[in-house]
Amino acid sequence: MKTIQFLSLFAFAGLVLTSCSDDDPEPVNEEEVITTMTITLVPQGGGTAVQLQSRDLDGDGPEPPVITVSGNFNARTVYDGRIVLLNETETPPDNITLEVEEEADEHQFFYSIGASLSATTEYSNFDGNGDPLGTQFTFSAGDESTGNLTFTLRHDLKKPNDGSLADAGGETDIAQTFPVGIE
Amino acid sequence: MRTLLAIALGLFVYHAAIGQQCQEALYGQVLDFHDQTPLVGATVYILEIDRAVLTDFEGRYRIEGVCHGSYEVEVSHRLCRTLIFKVEILGNTQRDFQMEHHLEELEEVQVVGDLLPDISNTAQEQRLSTQTLENYSSGTLGDALREISGVSTLKTGSNIVKPAINGLTGSRVLILNDGVRMQDMEWGDEHAPNIDINSADQVSVIKGAAALKYAGDAIGGLVVIERERVAIADSLYGKTLMTLMSNGWGGNVSTELTRTFESGWYLNGQASFKRLGDREAPDYVLSNTGMQDLGLSFHAGKRLINQGWDFDYSYYQADIAILRASHIGNVDDLIESINSGTPSVIEPFTYELGVPRQEVAHHLGKFNYYLRIPGLGKWTAQYDFQNNRRFEYDVRVGADRDKPAIDLELTTHTLMTDFTWDASSNLEVQAGILGRYQNNFANPDTGVRRLIPDYDKYEFGTFLIGEYRLNENWLFDAGIRYDFSRIDALKFYRTSRWEERGYDEDFPEFIIEDLGTQLLTNPVFDFHNFSGSAGVRFSLDADSEIRANYALGQRPPNPSELFSDGLHHSAARIELGDLRIDSETSHRISIAYNRSGERWGLTLEPYLNFIQDFILLEPTGAEFTIRGAFPVWSYRQTDARLAGVDLSGYYQWGPQWQSRHHFSLTKGNDLDQDEPLINMPAPITRNSIAFRKAEWNGFEASLESTYVFRQNEAPPNIFVFSPAEQELVELEINTPPPAYHLLTLRAGMDFSLSEKLVLNTGIAVENLANTNYREYLNRNRYFADDMGRNIILQLKLYY
Repeated sequence: MKTIQFLSLFAFAGLVLTSCSDDDPEPVNEEEVITTMTITLVPQGGGTAVQLQSRDLDGDGPEPPVITVSGNFNARTVYDGRIVLLNETETPPDNITLEVEEEADEHQFFYSIGASLSATTEYSNFDGNGDPLGTQFTFSAGDESTGNLTFTLRHDLKKPNDGSLADAGGETDIAQTFPVGIE
Repeated sequence: MRTLLAIALGLFVYHAAIGQQCQEALYGQVLDFHDQTPLVGATVYILEIDRAVLTDFEGRYRIEGVCHGSYEVEVSHRLCRTLIFKVEILGNTQRDFQMEHHLEELEEVQVVGDLLPDISNTAQEQRLSTQTLENYSSGTLGDALREISGVSTLKTGSNIVKPAINGLTGSRVLILNDGVRMQDMEWGDEHAPNIDINSADQVSVIKGAAALKYAGDAIGGLVVIERERVAIADSLYGKTLMTLMSNGWGGNVSTELTRTFESGWYLNGQASFKRLGDREAPDYVLSNTGMQDLGLSFHAGKRLINQGWDFDYSYYQADIAILRASHIGNVDDLIESINSGTPSVIEPFTYELGVPRQEVAHHLGKFNYYLRIPGLGKWTAQYDFQNNRRFEYDVRVGADRDKPAIDLELTTHTLMTDFTWDASSNLEVQAGILGRYQNNFANPDTGVRRLIPDYDKYEFGTFLIGEYRLNENWLFDAGIRYDFSRIDALKFYRTSRWEERGYDEDFPEFIIEDLGTQLLTNPVFDFHNFSGSAGVRFSLDADSEIRANYALGQRPPNPSELFSDGLHHSAARIELGDLRIDSETSHRISIAYNRSGERWGLTLEPYLNFIQDFILLEPTGAEFTIRGAFPVWSYRQTDARLAGVDLSGYYQWGPQWQSRHHFSLTKGNDLDQDEPLINMPAPITRNSIAFRKAEWNGFEASLESTYVFRQNEAPPNIFVFSPAEQELVELEINTPPPAYHLLTLRAGMDFSLSEKLVLNTGIAVENLANTNYREYLNRNRYFADDMGRNIILQLKLYY
């Protein structure tokens, strides 16, 4: 009788073993990936726009993001900035900016200007509570100088905050630094 | 069968005695069930006529002047369980009785701690009693195991606690839960054993890979969780434990009920539930560190001397919140956290479990059967099924907010059988085979790239072990084991990663589909591992012994070591496995001196563990993404040497006062790089003084001091480019925290509420001085202090 019990167990185990089919897994549809940030700065009153781009097509793969700066800013000029975020792992690319703007109260851009760079920024768009969002902003170039311009996007942060990253907390979606010049 | 023959033979001797006075005799032998040796001094008693005799030196007995008819005969022996046989007497009747001589095999209720046999005879082995486990009823298995010298823990906060034996953890420590090897994704640093401590009655730790019956890859050691032995008697008993604690403002309740029957049947059910809110450091709330867990188990079976079976089912479910401040964005956030000294998120106390959080559930089902063959041995067969489901929730936004970032399901079937030849009194041989199938499924619906791929794993193992008792003083044991394992995975690699790792050159044959930016690959690896063990035990006197053991263990790489690839969000690090990783081989030599006398006891356990191709994970640099830079942790192999000593002892200062002392030292070295190994426990010493007075309702109080030295031997820090600073900065990721000292106070009393009801009350204060400290082996040490003072009240009710 015991033998029968065990034979049946073996049979059961065999059934389980063979019933696992070898279907290929599906690739993961990565949802929160931002591969590309393009910042277009158009001088108020006309002139040559400046484009800053960070592009990292392999996400958290080994390749670092490719940073490009189209040219220098003109001194003592105010630029209207517009940030566009794309997920280029999908075709056609997914415009993440729309998502960020939809969930404006959960997001905010921060701009940090390196000490040597003579410039200031101001928020141009805001969430439903009147707190800064920052996918649109103005960049006021001062005197001739060079330095770093850093863009940070955070979600799940404290809003309103005092404008510093430390006070805002939250999770970083983007943190990219561009070496820029004002001439 | 033999008995039947004897009865048949007995019918030969037939006096025509109808109408006569009762003149028949009952005679025969009382024999040991296992090896058929005669039992001297057994009592054979015929109930109906109230007559008893003792067996002689050959185990023979003879009772004269019995009438014919049927009788009940009680056979008893001081080392055996008393048995009652029905005997038909027809003329002079010969009847041999067999008795179970090995008490431990009988699996009686163990009222006093240490009656269970050791699992290994010659390796270093230590045990935790039920009482110690009950003290940790509201804690974790890992916390309780720290009571054993040489066991440390790798923690993530206070709720995720992984045991480490002599500095080794994860896949190197096998957890055997009531005869079943736990398959609960033990490869993750932040994956705690899926075991409810309340379901364990006794826990043993065997250091090193010496217990070949269970595995050859337990290079660190084994944690063996056993349940109480059930008596073959009519009985109903149980216990209920309730614990309340101030740190986390919660507690747990656990209850167990056992019903046993004279016929060998038994039923046992156990349930426990725990709920804790945010834990607190001395200066602030550790936001998002609450937890909730539920454990259920059910056991039923029939256990007799010659055969028996058990059916077991257990379920464990845990929701564990992970310190919010430990979830960091990138390397700059990490630098900021390390430098700031306080967690970045501190919120008011709450019971709510936010993100990050993990939810795990583990089902375990087992069927076990054993058959004793008189004069030969014992055959055992077992099938077990395990299903482990793990969700990890991350800080996400929008529609993905409630979606897990990791969703893994691990299913395991194991079938094993072994045979023990124990007929000879001085030689015992055991051989067995094992087959295992495992499937891991990584759900793609998470919207996050899989950290661990889908895989099938096949294992086959066989072992032969023997122990030889030369005489009362000397015992030798030896064993060999072979294990085959095949892992067959289906994994997507980013093309850039595949090339960066050089896999395009080494493993082009694995590619089955090219999807443009990523490749679907089918890595298949076979591992053949051999392990062995040999040792000797010498008893110096009744109280003391010396053990010496050499163990050879081989462990194949686990899925994480092979396949890890990508950003581990909850740890904010990129973890990279390596397909080239091969098995690691450990040679461990250990000696144990153990004395447990009435006045004093001492255990001294030095060891040397030399591991070829030791697999380790350490920070190696940083990679840049659009989110910033992340530290990269890579697996690599090296030759390592671990050496250390565990020391423990006690001294009875008087009838009421006893002191206990522990000291443990582990030194780990990377021999290739000539630097210390990462994550080796710091030296620790624990000393306690206890006062007991049985007359005061079993009053007991103790004060324990734990001093953890600073780990002065850690690998150097790494330098990474900080985007915020725009320069190379030192990432103090390996700098160990300072030494610390903690005090724990415990007191307890027993009250007999009625004849069958005992109430035990206890109070404990952990971290009595509310000391601020950080522990090197706590993965949250970068972000926050460890737990502050915790006042624990416990009520135990036995019935």
